[in-house]
Amino acid sequence: MAKIGLATTWLDGCSGCHMSFLDLDEGLIALADKVEIVYGPLVDYKTFPEHADVTLVEGAVSSEADKKNILNIRARSGVLVSFGDCAVTANVPGMRNRYPVEAVLQRGYVENAEPPLAGSGEAAFQVVPQLCPHARPVHEFVHVDVFLPGCPPPPEAIFYLLQELLAGRIPDMRGRTRFGA
Amino acid sequence: MTLNIEDLHQIAKIEQDTQQGFQHRINVCVAAGCLSCGSGVVKDALAREVGKRGLDNWCQVKGVGCLGLCTAGPLIALEVGGRFYQGVKVADVADIVEALGASPVDRLLYPDDSAFFQRQLRIVTENCGRIDPERIEEYIAESGYEGLYLALTQMTRQEVLGQVTESGLRGRGGAGFPTGLKWTTVAKTVDSTKFVICNADEGDPGAFMDRSVLESDPHRVIEGMAVAGYATGASQGFIYVRAEYPLAVKRVRMALSQAERMGILGNNIFNTNFSFNIKVRLGAGAFVCGEETALIASIEGRMGRPRPRPPFPAEYGLWEHPTLINNVETFANIPPIIRHGGKWFAGIGTEKSKGTKVFALAGKIVNTGLIEVPMGMPLREIVYEIGGGIPEGKRFKAVQTGGPSGGCIPQQFLDMPVDYDSLMQVGSIMGSGGMIVMDESSCMVDVAKFFMEFCMSESCGKCAPCRVGTRQIYDILCKITAGGATTEDLATLEDLCDLVKHTSLCGLGQSAPNPVLTTLNYFRDEYLAHIHDKKCLAGACKTAKEVS
Amino acid sequence: MSHHPKGKLRTDLNPSRLLTFKIDDRDVSAREDESILEVARQNGIAIPTLCHLDGLSERGACRLCIVEVRGVAKLLPSCVTFPRQDMEVITNSERVVNYRKKILELLFTERNHVCSVCVSNGHCELQNLSVELGVTHVRYNYLYPEHAVDASHSRFSVDHNRCVLCLRCVRVCDEIEGAHTWDIMGRGITSKVITDLNQPWGTAETCTGCGKCVQVCPTGALSEKGKSVAEMIKRRQFLPYLQMMRGRQEESWQK
Ligand SMILES: Cc1cc2nc3c(=O)[nH]c(=O)nc-3n(C[C@H](O)[C@H](O)[C@H](O)COP(=O)(O)O)c2cc1C
Ligand code: SF4
Ligand code: SF4
Ligand code: SF4
Ligand code: SF4
Ligand code: FES
Ligand code: FES
Repeated sequence: MAKIGLATTWLDGCSGCHMSFLDLDEGLIALADKVEIVYGPLVDYKTFPEHADVTLVEGAVSSEADKKNILNIRARSGVLVSFGDCAVTANVPGMRNRYPVEAVLQRGYVENAEPPLAGSGEAAFQVVPQLCPHARPVHEFVHVDVFLPGCPPPPEAIFYLLQELLAGRIPDMRGRTRFGA
Repeated sequence: MTLNIEDLHQIAKIEQDTQQGFQHRINVCVAAGCLSCGSGVVKDALAREVGKRGLDNWCQVKGVGCLGLCTAGPLIALEVGGRFYQGVKVADVADIVEALGASPVDRLLYPDDSAFFQRQLRIVTENCGRIDPERIEEYIAESGYEGLYLALTQMTRQEVLGQVTESGLRGRGGAGFPTGLKWTTVAKTVDSTKFVICNADEGDPGAFMDRSVLESDPHRVIEGMAVAGYATGASQGFIYVRAEYPLAVKRVRMALSQAERMGILGNNIFNTNFSFNIKVRLGAGAFVCGEETALIASIEGRMGRPRPRPPFPAEYGLWEHPTLINNVETFANIPPIIRHGGKWFAGIGTEKSKGTKVFALAGKIVNTGLIEVPMGMPLREIVYEIGGGIPEGKRFKAVQTGGPSGGCIPQQFLDMPVDYDSLMQVGSIMGSGGMIVMDESSCMVDVAKFFMEFCMSESCGKCAPCRVGTRQIYDILCKITAGGATTEDLATLEDLCDLVKHTSLCGLGQSAPNPVLTTLNYFRDEYLAHIHDKKCLAGACKTAKEVS
Repeated sequence: MSHHPKGKLRTDLNPSRLLTFKIDDRDVSAREDESILEVARQNGIAIPTLCHLDGLSERGACRLCIVEVRGVAKLLPSCVTFPRQDMEVITNSERVVNYRKKILELLFTERNHVCSVCVSNGHCELQNLSVELGVTHVRYNYLYPEHAVDASHSRFSVDHNRCVLCLRCVRVCDEIEGAHTWDIMGRGITSKVITDLNQPWGTAETCTGCGKCVQVCPTGALSEKGKSVAEMIKRRQFLPYLQMMRGRQEESWQK
């Protein structure tokens, strides 16, 4: 049986969901002969392939760059999975949404900088990716096939999801994970 | 003091004789519309002018209720000759008095009012613009309180209920519930304490029918309520008026005290064992307080929020007692029904919608104002004959009825009869009587957005679907008019409308999606143009492209 | 078993009259004054609820408990609808199940729910409902409103970002504790629960510090200070008991 191509990627997230993926432990071995990782922070490919059978997207869409990326990823992915609460609900990255972007940058890059940044911080803002007014869930931008909530989603849920996808089914994640799990 | 029928007739006779004693009568509209553009000072100036010329016994100047052509105010009616002067100022007063008995003052004449008045049929507003609303004698001179007298002295409760049922009258507050059935239900309850409430909250944007009736002929509503009290076995009534209607409140209070002084309200009315009192309660202007259970909560001094029904107020209402709640216009229909009989009333209108309906005609129409027409009149006749058509030669697009709970009726239904069931069939409702005409320059998505914004800000917030759903719908409509929406947004919009309609607690939420649903139904192309072509077909919205 | 002050609320319902009807094609029997919800739960039929809480008066406001009744076009909230002889109730049709999900999703969009950092993570009724109803994501846009946290009370705090406006706090404080510290202000989407005259909870003189509101709050909106997330479990056993002992039969079902 041909292996399926699995891509994983992160937008605005903390990489925790990827850590949970690694926590599959021996599950990873079980998956190894069925899955080929074609892209992701865990492996060393530089560009997103022309096609991935399954893509796990961690993180919210927060910046103009995220917006561009997610469109590209969607176009090149078979099954797109919203991987973890940040992707599903915007979660922690979304906590800035109540404040204007300028105030968020000011707080992050000027007031809380160590040592405190002199001046207005304009220079620092230039090099930060251009933030959208709100960090938003992935499915507000592109069609998502499967939602895998959890912060992070438990390894068992990830394993189940992949098993189901391998068996050619769209997994029903109800009851296996939840927001904040 | 207790009156009998002779006393009533005596009062009427004296009043009629006085009126007849004048060669000329100048009726100055002192309802809120005209008063706000200065009819009060015009009336005083006219009286002074007449006095100065020593014509007091020849010409009477009196303040009357709404004459119907409210945009043309201050409006004056000459009873002899039947012409109207519009936009009258104090400076015109001398000319007006001068012209009495001679040819009218051409520059002030209201152009052609024949269609506007002739096509109407006035029952509820029969006295509006004819009598001085601040004098009970004038009401009595127009057979006022005769219906109550008849009911109390010559009819059993059952007979009154029978007449109201036979009349086929349906509630004018929105839903069109059969009034006779409601009264009979309350009459059947066994509680010894019952209440009658008149719903004068009138919160629809653009509606002013109830206000006009209260300002122009308050006694009619009082009489209707007293008859209802007799028929249902209630002895206490409440009129719940919004505080934004100070003139209506003032005139109702004045009317109540006049009626009390004459013994028409109070104990042993007309020497019978029937006693009835009415109190005024002021609302703070929340739309939802027009909903009956919220209104009751508000009268009880609690927060004006609806509660689930059943139990209905008829069974479990004000302070847990059976309560009859009807709209102002519903009560205003009662005195003539009692006087002329239910059969007479049932002869007017259509098979399932009897009598007349008062509408507040507004929007892109020549004659803006208050009209009363028989049920079943074709929409076209209202718009083009009574309303005088669309100004500036523009093309008709739609009529919005029922306010935020109603819908938009497109051109293809112009020949539809205006009655409860026909309106329902095309997705709108009769509502309380707001009728807004729209022409080609109105964007239907924008119209839907306007009403949704209203519902969103008037939602009481009690139930989740209405509280959050109206906001979500509003957001999507904003996105569409700004040219930023997608086809998925349109699907979400329809999905949310369906949710809010079917799961909200009270009528506000349940009907809030109607303006969106009807415009989606009849003007989908306008929605699609905003979405696909980023274009507003009516040229009313600034879409994203134009903004940026 | 609950002890709603229903007798007083619904003078038309007679507790000594019994009837039989059907829920999901099962024959059940009920007293006339028992709600469809109560009877369903007695028979092990689950209907999701949020504003309802045994021991408090009913509001019928969250609309999660809606059910279908054969022959009735409208959907009815089972917590405030009473059975009639031979009524046929359907609690799990696709139609109501979908509506419930959507209502729950709307609640998630209304305020700022960030479960991963919430005091109630793992002990929250809203979260549990999302599992029960199979809500794995929210289809509507989040509104991200601005809401504050009031930590002025010495023992409790209120985080409006997590409030679902169920008004359980208002009812328990009024009906059980008798303090009526909580109330609601504003309307529509701007509604907000307040203490006393919209002042910091710590300065609310009517509050006895009993903590009942915290215990009945379904979400992380009301919490005890100094408790870890794992400890933030709400204890509600006192409610039916107190209700019964005090026999406080006051209405406020219509709040
Ligand atoms: C949100 C809402 C607002 C309402 N506003 C009014 C109102 O302003 N005036 C009115 O008479 N009825 C209003 N109603 C209808 C009343 O609940 C009630 O049905 C009516 O007063 C009954 O009188 P009727 O039978 O004479 O129509 C409203 C209903 C809803 C749901
Ligand atoms: S439908 Fe709207 S107005 Fe009516 S109870 Fe619900 S929130 Fe309040
Ligand atoms: S209140 Fe519940 S749903 Fe809301 S953030 Fe906290 S745990 Fe999540
Ligand atoms: S702690 Fe007790 S008294 Fe204070 S607000 Fe909560 S329920 Fe009311
Ligand atoms: S604070 Fe808690 S109990 Fe009170 S309304 Fe909000 S969610 Fe409900
Ligand atoms: S208010 Fe004067 S005519 Fe209507
Ligand atoms: S539990 Fe019935 S409406 Fe909330």
